[in-house]
Amino acid sequence: MSIEVNGRKVDWVKDETIQHLLRRMRYTFPLVVVKIDEKVVPRDNFSEIIVPDNSKISVIHMISGG
Amino acid sequence: MNIEKAEKIRKKLKESCVGIAGVGGLGSNAAISLARAGIGRLILVDFDSVEENNLTRQYYFRDQIGKVKVEALKENINKVNPWLKIDIFNQKLTVGSMDEPFHDADVIVEALDSALAKTSFIEEIMQKLPDKPLVACSGVAGYGNSDRIETKRIGNLYICQDEQARSSDDDVLMAPRVALMANWEANIVLELLLGEDK
Repeated sequence: MSIEVNGRKVDWVKDETIQHLLRRMRYTFPLVVVKIDEKVVPRDNFSEIIVPDNSKISVIHMISGG
Repeated sequence: MNIEKAEKIRKKLKESCVGIAGVGGLGSNAAISLARAGIGRLILVDFDSVEENNLTRQYYFRDQIGKVKVEALKENINKVNPWLKIDIFNQKLTVGSMDEPFHDADVIVEALDSALAKTSFIEEIMQKLPDKPLVACSGVAGYGNSDRIETKRIGNLYICQDEQARSSDDDVLMAPRVALMANWEANIVLELLLGEDK
């Protein structure tokens, strides 16, 4: 019962939303792109989408400047 | 020079189309490099006009101050490579239609400025055009620390990044690092179009 977040293996927690996972991982950046198993999760859905067991999650954080 | 290799590259790039979202520091420098490399078609999107303080790092000239950026950049590219086809969109990319100018592109380059714009663009392009390679850039502010820059790949997304860099809101934007990361993005584009250089 585990998931992979940015290459790091962490415990899977039942009924955990993306929002709660980001908090658990201490990702404090307000703006991130999240992918679960190659599928993008829109930011508006972070508080609704539940993290599935065995999933691979990428959290992408962008820094201003261009 | 390997003439055979150069000819093969010339043919392939001539048939290629690259879309660039934002033609500030990253986008203008990346576009010039891709034009010099021989890309056949560029799609340039930006809503801004050239300002005096852009000249410290963006590929524009004093006599272009006040000009619409995509038009000024088209002029500059044409001075280098007049055979390039350039589609310009003088418009702000807005959530819900950010993908629209880029449907013909083989590769898309994210060259926007704020973290919010970058995040929204990446999110929308990866959802709507998931099969298109997207090259993005994060952490361009400051100077020095070239060795911290790396390419991170997540599926079809390639990020040229320095994770330790500060936001441009709390730092400075300077030509060497901006041009370095713009060309880093352009170099990834070539790799995606041509395959790895072995």
